[in-house]
Amino acid sequence: MKILMFGWEFPPLISGGLGTACHGLTLGLSQQGVEIAFVLPRIDDPSEGQHVALIGANQVPVPKEPDIATHSLFKTIEIPSPLRPYETPESYRAAWEERVSVMIQPTDAEPRGLLEMGGDYSSDLFGEVHRYAIIGGRLGRLEPHDIVHAHDWMTFPAGIAAADVSGKPLVVHVHATEFDRSGEHVNQGIYDIERMGVHRADRVIAVSGRTRQTLIDRYGVDPDKVRVVHNAVSKDKRVDRSQIERPLKEKVVLFLGRVTMQKGPDYLRRGRGEARRVRNVRFVMAGSGDMLPRMIGARLSCITNHFHFTGFLKGEEVDRMFAQSDLYVFPSVSEPFGITPFEAIKHDVPVILSKQTGVAETLPNSVQVDFWDIDCLVDAIVELLTKQDKAQELVEQHRRDLEAVDWSRAAARVVEVYGEVIKS
Amino acid sequence: MISVCFYFQVHQPFRLRPDYRYFNIGRDHDYEDDRANCHIMRKVADKCYLPTNRLMLDLIRKTDGRFRISYSITGTAIEQFRMYCPEVLDSFRALVDTGCVELIGETYYHSLAFLFSRPEFAEQVSLHQRTIEQEFGVRPTTFRNTELIYNNELAHEVERLGFDAVIAEGTERSLQWRSPNFVYQPAPCRKTKLLLKNYRLSDDLAFRFSDRNWAGWPLTADKFASWLHQIAGGGETVNLFMDYETFGEHQWEETGIFECMRHLPEAVLAHPDFRFHTPAEVARNHPPVAKLDVPFITSWADAERDVTAWLGNPMQDASAEAIYALEQAVKRSGDVQLIGTWRRLLTSDHFYYMCTKFFSDGDVHKYFNPYKTPYDAFVIYNNVLADLRDQLERKGLLELTADDHRKIAV
Repeated sequence: MKILMFGWEFPPLISGGLGTACHGLTLGLSQQGVEIAFVLPRIDDPSEGQHVALIGANQVPVPKEPDIATHSLFKTIEIPSPLRPYETPESYRAAWEERVSVMIQPTDAEPRGLLEMGGDYSSDLFGEVHRYAIIGGRLGRLEPHDIVHAHDWMTFPAGIAAADVSGKPLVVHVHATEFDRSGEHVNQGIYDIERMGVHRADRVIAVSGRTRQTLIDRYGVDPDKVRVVHNAVSKDKRVDRSQIERPLKEKVVLFLGRVTMQKGPDYLRRGRGEARRVRNVRFVMAGSGDMLPRMIGARLSCITNHFHFTGFLKGEEVDRMFAQSDLYVFPSVSEPFGITPFEAIKHDVPVILSKQTGVAETLPNSVQVDFWDIDCLVDAIVELLTKQDKAQELVEQHRRDLEAVDWSRAAARVVEVYGEVIKS
Repeated sequence: MISVCFYFQVHQPFRLRPDYRYFNIGRDHDYEDDRANCHIMRKVADKCYLPTNRLMLDLIRKTDGRFRISYSITGTAIEQFRMYCPEVLDSFRALVDTGCVELIGETYYHSLAFLFSRPEFAEQVSLHQRTIEQEFGVRPTTFRNTELIYNNELAHEVERLGFDAVIAEGTERSLQWRSPNFVYQPAPCRKTKLLLKNYRLSDDLAFRFSDRNWAGWPLTADKFASWLHQIAGGGETVNLFMDYETFGEHQWEETGIFECMRHLPEAVLAHPDFRFHTPAEVARNHPPVAKLDVPFITSWADAERDVTAWLGNPMQDASAEAIYALEQAVKRSGDVQLIGTWRRLLTSDHFYYMCTKFFSDGDVHKYFNPYKTPYDAFVIYNNVLADLRDQLERKGLLELTADDHRKIAV
């Protein structure tokens, strides 16, 4: 089976959970013998971004796992574009303007690769999505495939174009909806593209039951064609808890993620205020985002000085942060899935989850609270910090839950969905 | 007789390591970016301090001491001169030895201590005075507070500390209809006099000099002297106060700033009524024309001329409160090195890097910022602060006071 898959980021160049999810999922699919051409908008550096590279399997720099047998089925196609996940039209415009100042516009019309791109990139996000769709259409013709699979709204037009050209079935994969990103104030243009994608698709894959319900309620999708495939996590660890040095004697309560409304950092901050009856604890807010200044504005954090802001953490630092923590709080306001609790569990850190997350569906034995219920959150924090046996019990339970979480299982579910569309 | 009074600010902070991460807290007490500090000091020495000092010395000699100037050199700059380019200190000594150069007093650490802790302010002023005496053999009698942060209270404090004159920004807000080109007396003072910066003429040199869109461009010594000469009949002193790094660093050599300065004394002195004087001489030569009441705070920074370059956003306020809150614990330790480390963290530049006012003076702020964003500056500063706090805690010096508990409870 050959899949033409449209994504928007792939390790090592990732800015959020989507790249990690695509990596894990495609790895799982390859192991099941599914052949994937992965299309990716990205620029490594401006000089490389002037042409289109069609890279064969033997040329693809494979991810860390040197599994040649599975990776020979997998190839990556890069398209020069500043497209990045978690963008708004405004932030895209800013990134675009920055890039234009360093980019040399090609003046000749000579073909530079298999696909001729030209230098006239659109300077707005929707224009870029449209341009991606044009390339999607070309690939629908050039790249042999049985199914088109598109991840999230920016790739939907490309996926639709490819499927229209080839006449093959379309699967769209929803990792987040506009309602998760923006609350009730949705960007109508994005909503329209999402709606078009999920309606046009032969099957829709949602990352959680929660997301599936949103698609049914808010997008009017036929419930019969929406399948839930929960995300999983790679079990690799770059840092081991037992070997990590912990220079500070206090227990550490961690928030890690983008500091934005969606992730609910303010609930942890307020929780810290209430939880002051516990001594010898440090709260750490790791990550950056538009709500950071407001978080910093909370005076109490600075007087006690036991509230830290780390800024953006990358690579191994993330593992180190988890390995140094005693409690992970995931207070998201609205989270289609949310992969970081898995990371915490991998490092034997007990987790408190907001009920408003998809990941909660996969961790039936976890401590779950409503994100807005500060009292309940504080009680849970205090209990897990003060009752060692309770925390340990939770860690063991998490460990058992995590055993059932596996990318190959997720891939098998996706293969079932592929089977459904090929039959019909 | 009309005085032309030059005062140049010489300052370099101890910048913090941009790689001081959360993970360093509790095990790494090495906070400063020695490489960057050394590199910047050497660069500015080559582009500004050394060539400009040579030029000033030449001018003093050529005019037989009729060209006179003043400097305020911070303690943190002196420490870094000692470490990275002692030849700069020697060239300043040569200037002071001519007798035509006055050295001005300020807070040793170029800090905002006046706004947060009066005892710390007084200690830093006296530390600076002692350092200047040791290095140059003169005792400052004129005072300038960090970035010309000023109000009645400051003048009062400075008089109490024994200074004869104090320097401030000549803002419209404090002057209203009055002119900066006279000597005033601060409202609460009986003896100390007040010299106000003529910011238009100062900024013509310091900021607009190389601006080709400015009507005054290109600015020559003769043109600038003619503007100064226009004051004749309408003032007794024109106070030109600026960063010394204007020469060769903010305004590169190619802009012609050195050439302009080379001919300026001659051009100014061509008018028989004009003389160069240092701030102490201006204060001595001209009786105050009036008392000036400045109940609010002014400074020379940004278009706002207030303290919003260093304080006002949550990151700045929180950081400043947190570092000054450690004063008692740090001083209780009696550990000279620890006290020095803490005091270097009081340097106003750290708070300047956290400024988020990008509208009118964003470019200026960006130019001076060693960090990518104000948030990075905040994170690094607070990591360092947390480690310092941890050190104090381990030494048993940190006990929460009743006041701290009250604040936590809010």
